[in-house]
Amino acid sequence: MEEVKQADQAYHQEEEKQYSYLNLGPTHPATHGIFQNVLKMDGEIIVDAEPTIGYIHRAFEKLSERRPFNQITPITDRMNYCSAPINNMGWHMTVEKLIQAEIPKRVQYMRVIIMELARITDHLICNAVIGVDTGALTGFVYMFQQRELVYEIYEEICGARLTSNIGRIGGFERDFSPKAWEKIHRFLKEFPKVLKEFENLLERNRIFMDRTIGVGGITGERALEFSFSGPNLRAAGVDYDVRVARPYSSYEDFDFTIPIGTNGDVYDRFMVRQGEMWQSLSIIEQAIKNLPDGPFHGKVPDFYLPPKEEVYNNMEALIYHFKIVMGETDVPKGEVYHCVEGGNGELGFYLISDGGRTPFRLHMRRPCFIYYQAYPEMIKGSMLSDAILTMSSMNVIAGELDA
Amino acid sequence: MEGTGLEKTIGILNQKYEGEVLHAAMLYDFPTITLKKDKIIEIIKFLKEHPDTRYHYLTTLCGIHFPELNQIAVMYQLHNMMSGERVRLKIYLPAEKPEVPTLTTVFAGANWMERETYDFFGVIFTGHPDLRRILNVEDMIMFPLRKEFPLEDQVREDKNDTMFGR
Repeated sequence: MEEVKQADQAYHQEEEKQYSYLNLGPTHPATHGIFQNVLKMDGEIIVDAEPTIGYIHRAFEKLSERRPFNQITPITDRMNYCSAPINNMGWHMTVEKLIQAEIPKRVQYMRVIIMELARITDHLICNAVIGVDTGALTGFVYMFQQRELVYEIYEEICGARLTSNIGRIGGFERDFSPKAWEKIHRFLKEFPKVLKEFENLLERNRIFMDRTIGVGGITGERALEFSFSGPNLRAAGVDYDVRVARPYSSYEDFDFTIPIGTNGDVYDRFMVRQGEMWQSLSIIEQAIKNLPDGPFHGKVPDFYLPPKEEVYNNMEALIYHFKIVMGETDVPKGEVYHCVEGGNGELGFYLISDGGRTPFRLHMRRPCFIYYQAYPEMIKGSMLSDAILTMSSMNVIAGELDA
Repeated sequence: MEGTGLEKTIGILNQKYEGEVLHAAMLYDFPTITLKKDKIIEIIKFLKEHPDTRYHYLTTLCGIHFPELNQIAVMYQLHNMMSGERVRLKIYLPAEKPEVPTLTTVFAGANWMERETYDFFGVIFTGHPDLRRILNVEDMIMFPLRKEFPLEDQVREDKNDTMFGR
């Protein structure tokens, strides 16, 4: 018996010896954020992986319990910083649902424009980076130039570029200026050409196809088991989009299709995102074409932070500004969940209000957090270089992992 | 679509789990059902497999601390993508010893959500394959999202919270 035990031990020791452990991250250009993967490698094949997150943990949910509703907006846009405005709008709509505010059609359409622009920037960064990870830098440079154009639009609308903080509870601080419209039109004119060029560069490229097809795949059933959503779920063949299934902000008025993949591999995720960018362009054009007239904010004086010019010149506005900033406005008691189709999937805000000036509890459903737990399963048995591609195609953003 | 599922779900639940439902309400557009804690996993599995509900998707899971009740609630949000119906199930656990079986046996995606809830609230999910802290350091002894840990430095005396409505 003892001999058997010794032999068993020796075998396991021997087995352990042939593996090497590799720390991918926490800070590595290929991890696209600050998180670590300890990979157990057999040569260049990944046997097992253990992801560790929490390096940029900023306590979003705890912070939210001490801040009035307006001041939570800047927290939300630090989650997925590639498409920050979607987070902002999602949060505003959550509060609007809680206070049951009516929002003018014009605001809803303006939000759609901003959210779709944000979706485009999110997808273009992701796809450009997939290109980089296969060794194609050209597309990345082309696409980043376009992201710059969108950031100029944000800048024109709210003054910030990356952490946008666009909009207010109830609408926008001001209407889009003529210059902002000009920039939006410029983007709509220039971007399709570049997107097409980018597609031509990679879509049928032999090297790109060989590197991405059949890599990092997940089946539709498994993706649902793991609570996947957004482009990663659709790439696995499941037709689910929050914009269609549970329309918000007038998405029911727009005509668009949802690109679906079949294999759930890196190539499919790339193609789904490409398709979505074309659809987003179409949505923006429809929104501009049918943009209703009307005010750029709803009538929610207790929550809508008045524009600065009004605060300086109008007593009422000054009073409301003061009340809102000092957090004197109580909100109704309630429990509400609102979700939007973020750049990465279903971004949900679960908010409990006890009637005080701050949320009693705010939980954010971050799509990246949910994807990343499936990562070890998706890369097991593949090569190290495939693991990098899988990660970039899942578009894992560290800010969304750590809440 | 939202909201049609409350009465149906309650009816289906009562057929098999009579007396398990403590409270049910339509909160805004979301059916919310509070249940007794003992059979929660069994009930979720039942609702996932029942042909009339088929809540096959776990949207999210989180904890909520109610200091005045001395309880920690665990909230599960389920979704049926075919019919568009959603439901929120809630259970309450004693804050001293919050313990509930793991949902990873039903949904693979519950793994990290439960680790996060453990990390923040100290809820023990029995049978979880890897119940470790996920965002905070491993040797931390407290659970920061509980209400007894206020955000700001309590030693400071230069700030009068009552001035800010806190």
